[in-house]
Amino acid sequence: MSHATTEITLSARHLTRSFGSQTVIRDISLELKRGEVLGLLGHNGAGKSTTMQMLTGCLLPDDTGTKKCSIEVCGIDLLRHPALAKAHIGYLPETPPLYRELGVDDYLAFAARLRGMQPAKVADALALTKQRCGLTAVGHKIIGTLSKGYQQRVGIAQAIIHQPDVIVLDEPTVGLDPSQIREVRTLIRELGDAHSVILSTHLLGEVVSICDRVEILHRGTLVYSGTTAELDSHGGVAGNLEENFIRLTESQETEAQP
Amino acid sequence: MIRLIALRELRSLFVMPSTWFVFAALQFIFAWFFLNALQTFLDFQPQLAQIANAPGVTVIIAAPLFNMVALLLMMLVPMFTMRLIAEERRNQTLALLMSSPISSRHIVLGKFFGLLVFLLALTCSIPLMLYSLAPGTHLDHGLLLGNCIGLLLLTASYVALGLYISSLTAQPIIAALGAVAVLAGLWLADLGASAPGSPWHLASPLHHFRNFNNGLLDSGDAAFFVLFSAAFLLLAMRRIDNNR
Repeated sequence: MSHATTEITLSARHLTRSFGSQTVIRDISLELKRGEVLGLLGHNGAGKSTTMQMLTGCLLPDDTGTKKCSIEVCGIDLLRHPALAKAHIGYLPETPPLYRELGVDDYLAFAARLRGMQPAKVADALALTKQRCGLTAVGHKIIGTLSKGYQQRVGIAQAIIHQPDVIVLDEPTVGLDPSQIREVRTLIRELGDAHSVILSTHLLGEVVSICDRVEILHRGTLVYSGTTAELDSHGGVAGNLEENFIRLTESQETEAQP
Repeated sequence: MIRLIALRELRSLFVMPSTWFVFAALQFIFAWFFLNALQTFLDFQPQLAQIANAPGVTVIIAAPLFNMVALLLMMLVPMFTMRLIAEERRNQTLALLMSSPISSRHIVLGKFFGLLVFLLALTCSIPLMLYSLAPGTHLDHGLLLGNCIGLLLLTASYVALGLYISSLTAQPIIAALGAVAVLAGLWLADLGASAPGSPWHLASPLHHFRNFNNGLLDSGDAAFFVLFSAAFLLLAMRRIDNNR
Protein backbone atom coordinates (compact mmCIF):
# COMPACT_ATOMS: atom_id res chain seq x y z
CA MET A 1 0.00 0.00 0.00
CA SER A 2 1.14 3.52 -0.68
CA HIS A 3 2.30 5.75 2.12
CA ALA A 4 -0.46 8.29 1.46
CA THR A 5 -3.27 6.04 2.66
CA THR A 6 -2.06 6.05 6.24
CA GLU A 7 -1.05 9.71 6.38
CA ILE A 8 -2.50 11.41 9.45
CA THR A 9 -4.15 14.68 8.42
CA LEU A 10 -5.63 15.80 11.71
CA SER A 11 -4.43 15.05 15.18
CA ALA A 12 -5.77 16.67 18.32
CA ARG A 13 -4.52 15.90 21.81
CA HIS A 14 -5.91 16.66 25.24
CA LEU A 15 -8.47 19.27 24.29
CA THR A 16 -10.26 20.84 27.22
CA ARG A 17 -12.56 23.81 27.15
CA SER A 18 -14.76 25.47 29.69
CA PHE A 19 -17.15 28.40 29.46
CA GLY A 20 -17.10 30.18 32.78
CA SER A 21 -17.22 27.51 35.48
CA GLN A 22 -18.80 24.92 33.22
CA THR A 23 -16.39 22.47 31.61
CA VAL A 24 -17.83 21.53 28.24
CA ILE A 25 -15.01 19.42 26.85
CA ARG A 26 -12.79 17.20 29.01
CA ASP A 27 -9.50 15.90 27.66
CA ILE A 28 -10.49 14.81 24.18
CA SER A 29 -7.98 13.36 21.73
CA LEU A 30 -8.79 12.65 18.11
CA GLU A 31 -6.94 11.39 15.09
CA LEU A 32 -7.96 11.36 11.46
CA LYS A 33 -6.28 9.66 8.50
CA ARG A 34 -6.45 10.59 4.85
CA GLY A 35 -9.32 8.90 3.06
CA GLU A 36 -11.30 8.39 6.24
CA VAL A 37 -14.74 9.58 7.28
CA LEU A 38 -15.05 10.00 11.03
CA GLY A 39 -18.44 10.44 12.69
CA LEU A 40 -18.71 12.38 15.93
CA LEU A 41 -21.83 11.08 17.59
CA GLY A 42 -23.56 12.35 20.67
CA HIS A 43 -26.71 13.73 22.26
CA ASN A 44 -27.62 17.38 22.04
CA GLY A 45 -25.21 19.39 24.16
CA ALA A 46 -22.60 16.64 24.30
CA GLY A 47 -19.95 19.04 22.98
CA LYS A 48 -19.82 18.08 19.30
CA SER A 49 -19.97 21.62 17.96
CA THR A 50 -17.51 22.93 20.54
CA THR A 51 -15.03 20.23 19.57
CA MET A 52 -15.37 21.14 15.91
CA GLN A 53 -14.92 24.82 16.63
CA MET A 54 -11.66 24.00 18.37
CA LEU A 55 -10.48 21.78 15.52
CA THR A 56 -10.98 24.64 13.06
CA GLY A 57 -9.41 27.38 15.16
CA CYS A 58 -12.65 29.23 15.86
CA LEU A 59 -12.31 28.46 19.56
CA LEU A 60 -9.12 28.08 21.55
CA PRO A 61 -8.68 25.06 23.83
CA ASP A 62 -7.96 25.88 27.47
CA ASP A 63 -4.43 25.56 28.69
CA THR A 64 -4.91 23.35 31.73
CA GLY A 65 -1.22 23.10 32.50
CA THR A 66 -1.24 19.40 33.35
CA LYS A 67 -1.43 17.99 29.83
CA LYS A 68 -0.11 19.81 26.81
CA CYS A 69 -2.92 20.29 24.31
CA SER A 70 -2.10 20.40 20.63
CA ILE A 71 -3.89 20.38 17.29
CA GLU A 72 -1.98 19.45 14.18
CA VAL A 73 -3.35 19.74 10.66
CA CYS A 74 -1.22 17.99 8.04
CA GLY A 75 1.71 18.24 10.43
CA ILE A 76 1.29 21.99 11.02
CA ASP A 77 0.56 23.21 14.53
CA LEU A 78 -2.80 25.02 14.41
CA LEU A 79 -2.22 26.93 17.63
CA ARG A 80 1.25 28.17 16.69
CA HIS A 81 0.83 28.71 12.93
CA PRO A 82 -2.91 29.26 12.50
CA ALA A 83 -2.69 30.83 9.05
CA LEU A 84 -0.66 27.96 7.56
CA ALA A 85 -2.75 25.23 9.16
CA LYS A 86 -6.15 26.75 8.39
CA ALA A 87 -5.38 26.70 4.64
CA HIS A 88 -5.86 22.90 4.85
CA ILE A 89 -9.25 23.08 6.58
CA GLY A 90 -12.75 23.42 5.19
CA TYR A 91 -15.42 24.06 7.82
CA LEU A 92 -19.18 24.03 7.74
CA PRO A 93 -20.47 25.30 11.12
CA GLU A 94 -23.83 24.38 12.60
CA THR A 95 -25.38 27.46 10.96
CA PRO A 96 -23.97 27.84 7.44
CA PRO A 97 -21.86 31.05 7.39
CA LEU A 98 -23.67 32.69 4.49
CA TYR A 99 -23.72 36.32 3.47
CA ARG A 100 -27.38 36.28 2.55
CA GLU A 101 -27.24 39.44 0.44
CA LEU A 102 -24.63 38.04 -1.98
CA GLY A 103 -25.17 35.85 -5.03
CA VAL A 104 -24.12 32.18 -4.86
CA ASP A 105 -21.26 32.61 -7.39
CA ASP A 106 -19.95 35.76 -5.72
CA TYR A 107 -20.07 34.18 -2.30
CA LEU A 108 -18.31 30.96 -3.31
CA ALA A 109 -15.62 32.88 -5.21
CA PHE A 110 -15.09 35.02 -2.11
CA ALA A 111 -14.81 31.91 0.08
CA ALA A 112 -12.27 30.36 -2.32
CA ARG A 113 -10.13 33.52 -2.41
CA LEU A 114 -10.41 33.88 1.37
CA ARG A 115 -8.97 30.38 1.79
CA GLY A 116 -5.93 31.49 -0.18
CA MET A 117 -6.79 30.13 -3.63
CA GLN A 118 -5.08 31.74 -6.63
CA PRO A 119 -7.49 34.02 -8.57
CA ALA A 120 -6.78 32.15 -11.84
CA LYS A 121 -7.93 28.83 -10.35
CA VAL A 122 -11.14 30.09 -8.79
CA ALA A 123 -13.33 29.81 -11.92
CA ASP A 124 -12.57 26.11 -12.42
CA ALA A 125 -12.99 25.29 -8.74
CA LEU A 126 -16.28 27.18 -8.70
CA ALA A 127 -17.67 25.24 -11.66
CA LEU A 128 -16.57 21.90 -10.22
CA THR A 129 -17.92 22.60 -6.74
CA LYS A 130 -21.27 23.84 -8.03
CA GLN A 131 -21.62 20.71 -10.09
CA ARG A 132 -20.72 18.48 -7.12
CA CYS A 133 -23.18 20.19 -4.79
CA GLY A 134 -25.98 20.53 -7.37
CA LEU A 135 -25.85 24.31 -7.41
CA THR A 136 -25.31 24.87 -11.14
CA ALA A 137 -28.84 26.13 -11.71
CA VAL A 138 -28.83 28.67 -8.88
CA GLY A 139 -25.43 30.32 -9.44
CA HIS A 140 -26.88 33.76 -10.08
CA LYS A 141 -29.49 33.72 -7.34
CA ILE A 142 -29.18 35.68 -4.11
CA ILE A 143 -28.42 33.33 -1.21
CA GLY A 144 -31.14 34.85 0.98
CA THR A 145 -33.82 33.85 -1.53
CA LEU A 146 -32.81 30.18 -1.62
CA SER A 147 -34.57 27.47 0.36
CA LYS A 148 -33.02 26.02 3.50
CA GLY A 149 -31.82 22.92 1.65
CA TYR A 150 -30.05 24.94 -1.02
CA GLN A 151 -28.50 27.19 1.61
CA GLN A 152 -27.14 24.10 3.34
CA ARG A 153 -25.65 22.98 0.03
CA VAL A 154 -24.00 26.38 -0.45
CA GLY A 155 -22.62 25.92 3.06
CA ILE A 156 -21.11 22.56 2.09
CA ALA A 157 -19.80 24.05 -1.16
CA GLN A 158 -17.88 26.82 0.64
CA ALA A 159 -16.24 24.17 2.85
CA ILE A 160 -14.92 22.09 -0.05
CA ILE A 161 -14.26 24.63 -2.82
CA HIS A 162 -10.55 25.01 -2.01
CA GLN A 163 -9.95 21.24 -1.94
CA PRO A 164 -8.91 21.11 1.72
CA ASP A 165 -7.19 18.07 3.22
CA VAL A 166 -9.48 18.10 6.24
CA ILE A 167 -13.20 18.79 5.89
CA VAL A 168 -15.11 19.50 9.09
CA LEU A 169 -18.88 19.32 8.74
CA ASP A 170 -21.16 20.13 11.67
CA GLU A 171 -24.49 18.36 11.13
CA PRO A 172 -24.31 18.56 7.33
CA THR A 173 -27.70 16.98 6.60
CA VAL A 174 -29.86 19.06 8.92
CA GLY A 175 -32.79 20.66 7.14
CA LEU A 176 -32.53 18.60 3.98
CA ASP A 177 -35.26 16.45 2.52
CA PRO A 178 -34.68 12.66 2.18
CA SER A 179 -33.50 12.72 -1.43
CA GLN A 180 -31.14 15.61 -0.68
CA ILE A 181 -29.84 13.75 2.36
CA ARG A 182 -28.98 10.83 0.12
CA GLU A 183 -27.17 13.13 -2.33
CA VAL A 184 -25.19 14.80 0.42
CA ARG A 185 -24.24 11.43 1.92
CA THR A 186 -23.01 10.25 -1.49
CA LEU A 187 -21.03 13.48 -1.80
CA ILE A 188 -19.44 13.02 1.62
CA ARG A 189 -18.49 9.44 0.75
CA GLU A 190 -16.88 10.74 -2.45
CA LEU A 191 -15.01 13.43 -0.54
CA GLY A 192 -13.83 10.84 1.96
CA ASP A 193 -11.87 9.03 -0.75
CA ALA A 194 -9.39 11.81 -1.40
CA HIS A 195 -9.72 13.99 1.72
CA SER A 196 -10.47 13.27 5.33
CA VAL A 197 -13.88 14.19 6.61
CA ILE A 198 -15.06 14.61 10.17
CA LEU A 199 -18.76 15.14 10.66
CA SER A 200 -20.99 15.46 13.66
CA THR A 201 -24.47 14.06 13.90
CA HIS A 202 -27.00 12.73 16.33
CA LEU A 203 -28.44 10.38 13.71
CA LEU A 204 -27.22 6.80 14.01
CA GLY A 205 -28.30 5.96 10.48
CA GLU A 206 -26.01 8.61 9.11
CA VAL A 207 -23.05 7.10 10.91
CA VAL A 208 -23.81 3.63 9.59
CA SER A 209 -24.21 4.75 6.01
CA ILE A 210 -21.18 7.01 5.61
CA CYS A 211 -18.66 6.77 8.42
CA ASP A 212 -15.63 4.47 8.61
CA ARG A 213 -15.07 5.21 12.26
CA VAL A 214 -17.17 6.54 15.14
CA GLU A 215 -16.31 8.52 18.23
CA ILE A 216 -19.12 8.86 20.74
CA LEU A 217 -19.11 11.99 22.81
CA HIS A 218 -21.03 12.24 26.04
CA ARG A 219 -21.00 15.21 28.39
CA GLY A 220 -17.70 16.42 27.03
CA THR A 221 -15.79 13.15 27.18
CA LEU A 222 -15.14 10.49 24.57
CA VAL A 223 -16.90 7.33 25.72
CA TYR A 224 -16.33 5.15 22.69
CA SER A 225 -14.02 5.02 19.76
CA GLY A 226 -13.94 2.36 17.06
CA THR A 227 -15.03 1.41 13.60
CA THR A 228 -18.69 1.47 12.66
CA ALA A 229 -18.70 -2.32 12.40
CA GLU A 230 -17.27 -2.66 15.92
CA LEU A 231 -19.95 -0.43 17.42
CA ASP A 232 -22.49 -2.62 15.70
CA SER A 233 -21.42 -5.60 17.77
CA HIS A 234 -20.15 -3.76 20.86
CA GLY A 235 -21.15 -5.54 24.03
CA GLY A 236 -22.24 -8.71 22.27
CA VAL A 237 -25.56 -7.45 20.94
CA ALA A 238 -24.72 -7.77 17.29
CA GLY A 239 -26.65 -5.71 14.78
CA ASN A 240 -28.23 -3.51 17.39
CA LEU A 241 -26.49 -0.21 16.96
CA GLU A 242 -29.13 1.90 18.65
CA GLU A 243 -29.19 -0.21 21.82
CA ASN A 244 -25.43 -0.10 22.01
CA PHE A 245 -25.37 3.66 21.63
CA ILE A 246 -27.97 4.21 24.31
CA ARG A 247 -26.28 1.76 26.67
CA LEU A 248 -22.93 3.48 26.20
CA THR A 249 -24.27 6.90 27.01
CA GLU A 250 -26.53 5.73 29.83
CA SER A 251 -23.87 3.73 31.61
CA GLN A 252 -21.84 6.95 31.74
CA GLU A 253 -24.80 8.73 33.27
CA THR A 254 -25.10 6.25 36.13
CA GLU A 255 -21.37 6.45 36.80
CA ALA A 256 -21.53 10.21 36.89
CA GLN A 257 -24.40 10.25 39.38
CA PRO A 258 -23.89 7.39 41.84
CA MET B 1 -6.48 39.64 1.87
CA ILE B 2 -7.29 43.03 3.39
CA ARG B 3 -8.45 44.19 -0.04
CA LEU B 4 -10.55 41.05 -0.49
CA ILE B 5 -12.40 41.63 2.79
CA ALA B 6 -12.79 45.34 2.06
CA LEU B 7 -14.28 44.58 -1.36
CA ARG B 8 -16.66 42.03 0.15
CA GLU B 9 -17.77 44.65 2.66
CA LEU B 10 -18.38 47.19 -0.12
CA ARG B 11 -20.22 44.65 -2.24
CA SER B 12 -22.51 43.70 0.63
CA LEU B 13 -23.23 47.39 1.24
CA PHE B 14 -24.03 48.19 -2.37
CA VAL B 15 -26.34 45.22 -2.99
CA MET B 16 -28.63 46.40 -0.20
CA PRO B 17 -31.36 48.82 -1.31
CA SER B 18 -31.26 50.60 2.03
CA THR B 19 -27.68 51.71 1.37
CA TRP B 20 -28.71 53.44 -1.83
CA PHE B 21 -31.64 55.07 -0.06
CA VAL B 22 -29.40 56.44 2.70
CA PHE B 23 -26.89 57.51 0.06
CA ALA B 24 -29.51 59.48 -1.84
CA ALA B 25 -31.08 61.01 1.26
CA LEU B 26 -27.69 62.22 2.49
CA GLN B 27 -26.79 63.78 -0.85
CA PHE B 28 -30.08 65.66 -0.62
CA ILE B 29 -29.30 66.85 2.92
CA PHE B 30 -25.75 67.90 1.96
CA ALA B 31 -27.06 69.82 -1.05
CA TRP B 32 -29.75 71.48 1.08
CA PHE B 33 -27.19 72.73 3.60
CA PHE B 34 -24.87 73.86 0.82
CA LEU B 35 -27.58 75.85 -0.94
CA ASN B 36 -28.72 77.30 2.38
CA ALA B 37 -25.20 78.51 3.16
CA LEU B 38 -24.86 79.87 -0.36
CA GLN B 39 -28.15 81.78 0.04
CA THR B 40 -26.95 83.26 3.34
CA PHE B 41 -23.75 84.42 1.68
CA LEU B 42 -25.61 86.03 -1.20
CA ASP B 43 -27.98 87.81 1.21
CA PHE B 44 -25.12 89.25 3.26
CA GLN B 45 -22.86 90.05 0.31
CA PRO B 46 -23.76 93.79 0.24
CA GLN B 47 -22.93 94.21 3.93
CA LEU B 48 -19.73 92.17 3.59
CA ALA B 49 -18.59 94.44 0.77
CA GLN B 50 -18.53 97.39 3.22
CA ILE B 51 -16.31 95.64 5.80
CA ALA B 52 -12.58 95.91 5.36
CA ASN B 53 -10.93 92.45 5.30
CA ALA B 54 -14.30 90.66 5.21
CA PRO B 55 -14.44 86.83 5.47
CA GLY B 56 -14.40 85.18 2.03
CA VAL B 57 -16.88 82.85 0.43
CA THR B 58 -14.98 79.72 1.50
CA VAL B 59 -15.04 80.68 5.17
CA ILE B 60 -18.73 81.49 5.11
CA ILE B 61 -19.91 78.50 3.10
CA ALA B 62 -17.35 75.69 3.37
CA ALA B 63 -16.43 75.85 7.07
CA PRO B 64 -20.03 75.60 8.42
CA LEU B 65 -20.82 72.93 5.83
CA PHE B 66 -17.89 70.73 6.88
CA ASN B 67 -18.71 71.31 10.54
CA MET B 68 -22.28 70.20 9.95
CA VAL B 69 -21.13 67.08 8.06
CA ALA B 70 -18.76 66.24 10.94
CA LEU B 71 -21.69 66.34 13.38
CA LEU B 72 -23.92 64.37 11.02
CA LEU B 73 -21.27 61.67 10.61
CA MET B 74 -21.10 61.30 14.38
CA MET B 75 -24.67 60.02 14.29
CA LEU B 76 -24.35 58.24 10.97
CA VAL B 77 -21.10 56.28 11.16
CA PRO B 78 -22.34 54.07 14.06
CA MET B 79 -25.26 53.00 11.85
CA PHE B 80 -22.75 51.59 9.39
CA THR B 81 -20.16 50.28 11.85
CA MET B 82 -22.74 48.38 13.91
CA ARG B 83 -22.97 45.71 11.23
CA LEU B 84 -19.26 45.15 10.78
CA ILE B 85 -18.58 42.50 13.39
CA ALA B 86 -21.71 42.27 15.56
CA GLU B 87 -23.85 41.17 12.64
CA GLU B 88 -21.26 38.67 11.43
CA ARG B 89 -21.29 37.22 14.91
CA ARG B 90 -25.08 37.10 15.07
CA ASN B 91 -25.40 35.50 11.61
CA GLN B 92 -22.55 33.11 12.46
CA THR B 93 -20.63 34.23 9.38
CA LEU B 94 -17.67 35.14 11.58
CA ALA B 95 -16.87 31.40 11.65
CA LEU B 96 -16.01 31.61 7.94
CA LEU B 97 -13.45 34.33 8.61
CA MET B 98 -12.14 32.66 11.76
CA SER B 99 -11.58 29.30 10.07
CA SER B 100 -9.83 30.92 7.08
CA PRO B 101 -6.06 31.31 6.87
CA ILE B 102 -6.13 34.99 7.79
CA SER B 103 -5.44 36.80 11.04
CA SER B 104 -7.58 39.22 12.99
CA ARG B 105 -5.43 42.02 11.53
CA HIS B 106 -6.76 41.23 8.06
CA ILE B 107 -10.35 41.08 9.28
CA VAL B 108 -10.23 44.35 11.19
CA LEU B 109 -8.25 46.35 8.62
CA GLY B 110 -10.30 44.94 5.73
CA LYS B 111 -13.52 46.04 7.36
CA PHE B 112 -12.04 49.39 8.39
CA PHE B 113 -10.84 50.32 4.92
CA GLY B 114 -13.94 48.93 3.23
CA LEU B 115 -16.24 51.16 5.23
CA LEU B 116 -13.85 54.11 4.99
CA VAL B 117 -13.90 53.93 1.19
CA PHE B 118 -17.69 53.83 1.29
CA LEU B 119 -17.87 56.89 3.54
CA LEU B 120 -15.40 58.73 1.30
CA ALA B 121 -17.65 58.05 -1.67
CA LEU B 122 -20.54 59.33 0.42
CA THR B 123 -18.85 62.60 1.38
CA CYS B 124 -16.90 63.32 -1.81
CA SER B 125 -19.92 65.24 -3.09
CA ILE B 126 -19.15 68.03 -0.59
CA PRO B 127 -15.84 69.25 -2.09
CA LEU B 128 -17.39 68.73 -5.52
CA MET B 129 -20.30 71.01 -4.65
CA LEU B 130 -17.94 73.65 -3.27
CA TYR B 131 -15.73 73.49 -6.36
CA SER B 132 -18.80 74.15 -8.48
CA LEU B 133 -18.41 77.74 -7.19
CA ALA B 134 -14.89 77.97 -8.65
CA PRO B 135 -15.91 79.38 -12.07
CA GLY B 136 -17.73 82.29 -10.38
CA THR B 137 -15.45 83.23 -7.53
CA HIS B 138 -12.04 82.77 -5.97
CA LEU B 139 -11.90 79.82 -3.52
CA ASP B 140 -9.48 79.35 -0.65
CA HIS B 141 -7.92 76.02 -1.67
CA GLY B 142 -5.87 75.75 1.52
CA LEU B 143 -8.94 75.95 3.74
CA LEU B 144 -10.77 73.39 1.60
CA LEU B 145 -7.82 70.99 1.67
CA GLY B 146 -7.49 71.37 5.45
CA ASN B 147 -11.18 70.59 5.88
CA CYS B 148 -11.02 67.56 3.57
CA ILE B 149 -8.03 66.09 5.41
CA GLY B 150 -9.67 66.82 8.75
CA LEU B 151 -12.92 65.16 7.69
CA LEU B 152 -11.05 62.09 6.44
CA LEU B 153 -9.16 61.71 9.72
CA LEU B 154 -12.30 62.36 11.75
CA THR B 155 -14.24 59.73 9.79
CA ALA B 156 -11.41 57.22 10.26
CA SER B 157 -11.51 57.75 14.03
CA TYR B 158 -15.30 57.32 14.11
CA VAL B 159 -15.06 54.10 12.09
CA ALA B 160 -12.28 52.69 14.31
CA LEU B 161 -14.29 53.39 17.47
CA GLY B 162 -17.48 51.97 15.96
CA LEU B 163 -15.63 48.88 14.77
CA TYR B 164 -14.27 48.24 18.25
CA ILE B 165 -17.68 48.61 19.90
CA SER B 166 -19.15 46.35 17.23
CA SER B 167 -16.58 43.70 18.15
CA LEU B 168 -17.78 43.72 21.77
CA THR B 169 -21.30 42.47 21.16
CA ALA B 170 -23.42 40.18 19.01
CA GLN B 171 -26.28 42.68 18.77
CA PRO B 172 -25.88 45.32 16.02
CA ILE B 173 -28.36 47.67 17.73
CA ILE B 174 -26.36 47.61 20.95
CA ALA B 175 -23.22 48.32 18.93
CA ALA B 176 -24.86 51.31 17.25
CA LEU B 177 -26.24 52.74 20.49
CA GLY B 178 -22.91 52.19 22.23
CA ALA B 179 -20.93 53.98 19.54
CA VAL B 180 -23.38 56.90 19.38
CA ALA B 181 -23.29 57.16 23.17
CA VAL B 182 -19.49 57.27 23.31
CA LEU B 183 -19.15 59.75 20.43
CA ALA B 184 -21.94 62.02 21.64
CA GLY B 185 -20.57 61.75 25.19
CA LEU B 186 -17.11 62.88 24.07
CA TRP B 187 -18.66 65.72 22.10
CA LEU B 188 -20.87 66.90 24.99
CA ALA B 189 -17.99 66.62 27.47
CA ASP B 190 -15.96 68.80 25.14
CA LEU B 191 -18.76 71.37 24.91
CA GLY B 192 -19.46 71.29 28.62
CA ALA B 193 -15.89 71.57 29.88
CA SER B 194 -15.40 75.27 30.52
CA ALA B 195 -11.72 75.32 31.51
CA PRO B 196 -9.56 75.87 28.41
CA GLY B 197 -7.00 73.21 29.40
CA SER B 198 -9.55 70.57 30.43
CA PRO B 199 -8.59 66.99 29.46
CA TRP B 200 -12.07 66.52 28.02
CA HIS B 201 -11.08 68.78 25.15
CA LEU B 202 -8.11 66.57 24.37
CA ALA B 203 -10.19 63.39 24.28
CA SER B 204 -12.83 64.67 21.87
CA PRO B 205 -12.33 64.03 18.13
CA LEU B 206 -14.56 66.97 17.24
CA HIS B 207 -12.37 69.32 19.27
CA HIS B 208 -9.35 68.26 17.23
CA PHE B 209 -11.35 68.71 14.04
CA ARG B 210 -11.94 72.38 14.89
CA ASN B 211 -8.42 73.44 13.89
CA PHE B 212 -8.75 71.64 10.55
CA ASN B 213 -12.14 73.32 10.17
CA ASN B 214 -10.49 76.73 10.54
CA GLY B 215 -7.86 75.81 7.98
CA LEU B 216 -5.10 75.16 10.50
CA LEU B 217 -3.10 71.97 9.88
CA ASP B 218 -1.74 71.01 13.30
CA SER B 219 0.42 67.88 13.41
CA GLY B 220 -0.71 67.39 17.01
CA ASP B 221 -4.33 67.09 15.91
CA ALA B 222 -3.38 64.77 13.06
CA ALA B 223 -1.38 62.62 15.49
CA PHE B 224 -4.40 62.45 17.81
CA PHE B 225 -6.59 61.04 15.03
CA VAL B 226 -3.97 58.51 13.96
CA LEU B 227 -3.39 57.35 17.53
CA PHE B 228 -7.11 57.29 18.33
CA SER B 229 -7.86 55.15 15.25
CA ALA B 230 -4.86 52.86 15.74
CA ALA B 231 -5.70 52.30 19.41
CA PHE B 232 -9.26 51.20 18.71
CA LEU B 233 -8.26 49.06 15.73
CA LEU B 234 -5.69 47.27 17.89
CA LEU B 235 -8.28 46.79 20.64
CA ALA B 236 -10.69 45.32 18.08
CA MET B 237 -8.01 42.88 16.86
CA ARG B 238 -7.26 41.83 20.42
CA ARG B 239 -10.94 41.41 21.13
CA ILE B 240 -11.40 39.11 18.13
CA ASP B 241 -8.33 37.10 19.08
CA ASN B 242 -9.27 36.75 22.73
CA ASN B 243 -12.93 36.05 22.20
CA ARG B 244 -12.29 32.52 21.02
